[in-house]
Amino acid sequence: MERPTIGDIRDALNAKFSGAIVSEEEQYDFTVFTIRKESLLEIARYLYNDEQFQFRYLTTACGIHYPSSPEPFAMMYQLHSLVHNVRIRFKTYSASKDPEFDSLIPVFSAANWMEREAYDFYGFRFKGHPNLKRILNVEDMDYFPMRKEYPVEDLTREDKDDTMFGREASGYDRKKLMKE
Amino acid sequence: MTDTNKVTIEKAPAGFEGPGFFATSLDKVVGLARKNSLWPLPFATSCCGIEFMSTMASTYDFARFGAERLSFSPRQADLLMVMGTIAKKMGPVLRQVYEQMAEPRWVLSVGACASSGGIFDSYPVLQGIDKIIPVDVYVPGCPPRPEQIIEGVINIQQLVQNESLRRRNAPEYKALLASYGIE
Repeated sequence: MERPTIGDIRDALNAKFSGAIVSEEEQYDFTVFTIRKESLLEIARYLYNDEQFQFRYLTTACGIHYPSSPEPFAMMYQLHSLVHNVRIRFKTYSASKDPEFDSLIPVFSAANWMEREAYDFYGFRFKGHPNLKRILNVEDMDYFPMRKEYPVEDLTREDKDDTMFGREASGYDRKKLMKE
Repeated sequence: MTDTNKVTIEKAPAGFEGPGFFATSLDKVVGLARKNSLWPLPFATSCCGIEFMSTMASTYDFARFGAERLSFSPRQADLLMVMGTIAKKMGPVLRQVYEQMAEPRWVLSVGACASSGGIFDSYPVLQGIDKIIPVDVYVPGCPPRPEQIIEGVINIQQLVQNESLRRRNAPEYKALLASYGIE
């Protein structure tokens, strides 16, 4: 079986899912396809089942927050075709403050914990996920710590004076931030 | 062959001595015995734990202080030594270990992380174990040298020796535990 090129994948996806690929770029020798959110599950299923590609290994998946972008939230998926040793990366964006993506569990069982992690840190919901709850943080945590609107520092800290650490001067008041 | 001058022998507490008898208060005898036979429970989660390994080994020889026998069961331990960063998820575990220890029990917080969160001013890290359990002695340092850990234990020994036998039944002590929601 011939090793598929990135061009083959692009052509196949364009033929099968017209308009699903929004853009394509090369990052660190990695081809990144930005795709429409609605096509995510079907594209994953197609690449998994297709005899030519056989992308059957979900290497990793994670959430991303770009606070200044009009579409601030994104999910990133990295697929690996073990048969051909080809890797590709997908990104899909959401403009919503409370984004919901399709769960990839029907295709990749490995997506279960990865999606729970994205929920834990970013608050993303995954349609069809059977057990969407926190995985790494304490269960009674009441916010999503990797979202940029929340301070990374812990609020129960008492021995640090913000004036001594240059936070107040830049208008960074973490106690106030948390109340909002 | 041993240089006996370097060995400190515990002095008997103040009391009345006569031919064939010695009388002193029970507090002092019990304090003396407890002080020199502490069973520490090491709760080592990171680099302070490595320093503790050195403290236990031959150069620093923690056994000199009567703490030869580490107890890995909380039910038999007298001294809980918390060494290292305690993540918030680890908090309930640490608290359960403390609750399983029998009275009288003491807690030594070793290093910046256990004492205050240290450099980990961050959402997953407990900002000092005294948020969940009462602490008797804090050892600063990141990580502290074995000498500092030993000094912390010597301070614990002072507390143990001078503790009144009634302290654990005192209303102040019960109020302290109640403020942590224990018992």
